[in-house]
Amino acid sequence: MTDQEKILNEVTGSDYKFGFQTNIETETIPKGLNEEVVRIISAKKEEPEWLTESRLKAFRHWQTLQMPDWAHLRIPEIDYQDIIYYAAPKQDAKYESMDEVDPELLDTFNRLGIPLEEQKQLAGVAVDAVMDSVSVKTTFQDTLADKGIIFCSFSEAVKNHPDLIKKYMGSVVPYTDNYFAALNSAVFSDGSFCYIPRGVRCPMELSTYFRINAANTGQFERTLIVAEEDSYVSYLEGCTAPMRDENQLHAAIVEIVAMENAEVKYSTVQNWYPGNKEGIGGIYNFVTKRGICKGDSSKISWTQVETGSAVTWKYPSCILKGDNSVGEFYSVAVTNNYQQADTGTKMIHIGKNTRSTIISKGISAGKSQNSYRGLVKVLKGAENARNYSQCDSLLLGDQCGAHTFPYLEVDNRSAVVEHEATTSKIGEDQIFYCNQRGIDTENAISLIVNGYAKEVLNKLPMEFAVEAQKLLAITLEGSVG
Amino acid sequence: MQTLDKYLELFQKNRKQIGKDDPPFMKKLRDTAIASFRQSGFPGRKEERYRYTHLEPVFDGELSFDFQPRQIHFDDDEIFSCDVPLLDSMVVTVLNGFFHHPGKEALTRLDNGIIYGSLKEAIGQYPDLVKKFLGKNAPTSDEPFVALNTAFSQDGIFLYVPEGVRMERPIQIINLLLSDKNHMVHHRNLFVLESNAVAQVIICDHTLSPHMFLTNSVTEAYTGENADLDLLRLQNEHNNSCQVTNTWISQERHSRCQHGTITLHGGIVRNNLRINMVGEGAETSALGLFLTDKMQQVDSYTVIDHRKPQCTSNQYYKGVLDDISTGAFNGKIHVHPDAQKTEAFQTNNNILLSDTAKMYTKPRLEIYADDVKCSHGATVGQLDEEALFYLQSRGISKEEGRLMLMDAFTWDVISKIKHPSLQERITELVGKRLRGELSRCNNCAMHCQE
Repeated sequence: MTDQEKILNEVTGSDYKFGFQTNIETETIPKGLNEEVVRIISAKKEEPEWLTESRLKAFRHWQTLQMPDWAHLRIPEIDYQDIIYYAAPKQDAKYESMDEVDPELLDTFNRLGIPLEEQKQLAGVAVDAVMDSVSVKTTFQDTLADKGIIFCSFSEAVKNHPDLIKKYMGSVVPYTDNYFAALNSAVFSDGSFCYIPRGVRCPMELSTYFRINAANTGQFERTLIVAEEDSYVSYLEGCTAPMRDENQLHAAIVEIVAMENAEVKYSTVQNWYPGNKEGIGGIYNFVTKRGICKGDSSKISWTQVETGSAVTWKYPSCILKGDNSVGEFYSVAVTNNYQQADTGTKMIHIGKNTRSTIISKGISAGKSQNSYRGLVKVLKGAENARNYSQCDSLLLGDQCGAHTFPYLEVDNRSAVVEHEATTSKIGEDQIFYCNQRGIDTENAISLIVNGYAKEVLNKLPMEFAVEAQKLLAITLEGSVG
Repeated sequence: MQTLDKYLELFQKNRKQIGKDDPPFMKKLRDTAIASFRQSGFPGRKEERYRYTHLEPVFDGELSFDFQPRQIHFDDDEIFSCDVPLLDSMVVTVLNGFFHHPGKEALTRLDNGIIYGSLKEAIGQYPDLVKKFLGKNAPTSDEPFVALNTAFSQDGIFLYVPEGVRMERPIQIINLLLSDKNHMVHHRNLFVLESNAVAQVIICDHTLSPHMFLTNSVTEAYTGENADLDLLRLQNEHNNSCQVTNTWISQERHSRCQHGTITLHGGIVRNNLRINMVGEGAETSALGLFLTDKMQQVDSYTVIDHRKPQCTSNQYYKGVLDDISTGAFNGKIHVHPDAQKTEAFQTNNNILLSDTAKMYTKPRLEIYADDVKCSHGATVGQLDEEALFYLQSRGISKEEGRLMLMDAFTWDVISKIKHPSLQERITELVGKRLRGELSRCNNCAMHCQE
């Protein structure tokens, strides 16, 4: 009870608690997108020739593409020439110790509750914070380096580990994959790179925070995680943005490669600015996330809590290539007011005895539209493949929509594929029960929603689970009439 | 020449022949239809609804088409015996898309006001009645094959059940295809049930000669307030044929409808079903069962449109796939914003018997109202090994055990067929089909090349 109250108190008077803007001078380039801009971005990052070429190739391909319209989303025309494709905090982002970091920037992160400071060492989190596309600081690099783990910003990796980048970048999500992947491949600014060597179990949770700060900028980060044989890593990603009344674009790529026996756990708490109550502003979140279980008995697990963004278009996927590999997808997507989400997963079973689990919980309130779209594909060689999918939708309010579009494509008789979906609203009897125990309706809803999403929240690492629970309560605040 | 142009040309060239005695409203209907077909064309591979079934090449084949019924003399009893005999029903025969009534009236009006017979004749005799319903529920802009049918269809079956009348016996429509060359048929049925009327319709599709047949049929049905319609389709064409069926049903307040499709044979089969619930408290159930082998392709596409509150729908689709056959199920439940208290359920279970069979299933929910109970479930798998082992441990051979399990699997759908003797007959047909026997051959005088 007290927790619930605290949550409500915390959010009283503020709709979006991360809606502050940091007055840090940023270095931006002019609006617009053309080959010149791509070259400028590449030059600013002092990139080698091959990367510039690969960007240009992606850009040329992007020009031939049309924005996809198959999703159950209404997206106003996006003027790609009206976006700034590069914005970096002006200070050179190379710090030796925390003291050198701009105090105002640190304050930003403090307000975000990012464990960037020393005290957070206890929490055992190594953070790579990406603000407006540039990686600001990676903590604990030394600790990780001892183990041979590489965890750094993408541009650093390009400088220091070009072979790895060359080998794996685009190997899971090629630039030809889709419209937004092509765009990202052309103009990506920075991101995180993580390499876990053979047999190493990463001792702490690795974490990235993304924040869009400057106005009119798009954020295009790229994450690449490579887990060698017998390794393990748990990776967290959090996103926020200040309040603005124009829409901002976010198009990211996440690639994961898991070798034999490796396990990668990727958790996201996405809380980009969702726009105000009238549906003005907010982030357009178009993300391509894909992992490949390359080796036998490898495992990739996606967990996501999606509460933000005006529009979400996101399908974290697993290619289960190695025999006995496992793919998991746990998702809670909450939409309120005028938010729209079209999210889900793809599980491609290629290897023998591959297994996948999909648990998706959608919650829609206000005038929002929430869709689950998922594909389970079992190829001919995927003997004894097994999939279980469950997609539940909860409707709060009579003007919202909840939709499910699962695709099951089975090409092997030994496969067992199951899909279940339900849509319902919170039972009046449940609320009544809470009421007569002295819990008011708002709290009761929060309680029931948290219980409903528990199955997924349980999969999150501890620190994130607490935050995610709060986020759920905040997002749904005021949605009960 | 593109397939689309071919059909547009066929229409323009024979504009005078097509529906020669059409009243003005029919002419208009056909012109609108061909215009929307010109716009939509054949659905391409990229089109979501036709992702798994590509029909254009079939329509592009060398096919003859009749604008007038061909005089074929054949004796029903000699070359054809019905799959569902001894059913106390009124039998009407449709030959190559035209009502076949040698020596009988084209349109029968019973004492209690029921009208049944040729749609073409009905258009002539009761233009006002037909005009009120024909093409209203199945708009040509929705579906290219409905548009194509509206433009080309010449005849079919018309059934009218007046207010409060209960049809004592089911009406059985037997669609026969018989030709000496590859042939295309567009035929159209219209069933109208006024309020409180009750009717049962069975449609059986057969091919009587081994040529390639392409059928594109549209069935429009209206159930008035509190009316009850039971519509069952038994598809049993040979594997060299292609069949596209479009069934559009509109349901008024508190009406009940049961729709079933049993697919035993047929090369490429595409069944489009759309049920529009336009009145409160309507109930519907849609059943589907398909058994495929060889190179068969069966694609079921359903849309249940919940437009008004308190409607209930149940969909139950099952498939058993063998050899290199392909199955697809694409079912959508659409709940409109004010359709509160909707209950909509959908189940799709499939069994793959071979490594080369493929099943694509895509159940969809689109829900815009909050006080609803909706669910869908889909599975693709194989026979339960444990159950099979149990049967074997009781001395039942593996093969027999498999058949028993498949019988049980299909029984879930068959058990929901209301008419008892029909249910019995279909159980038998499905059983035979599972044993790999050709259900028709026992008492069929035709020597097929199967």
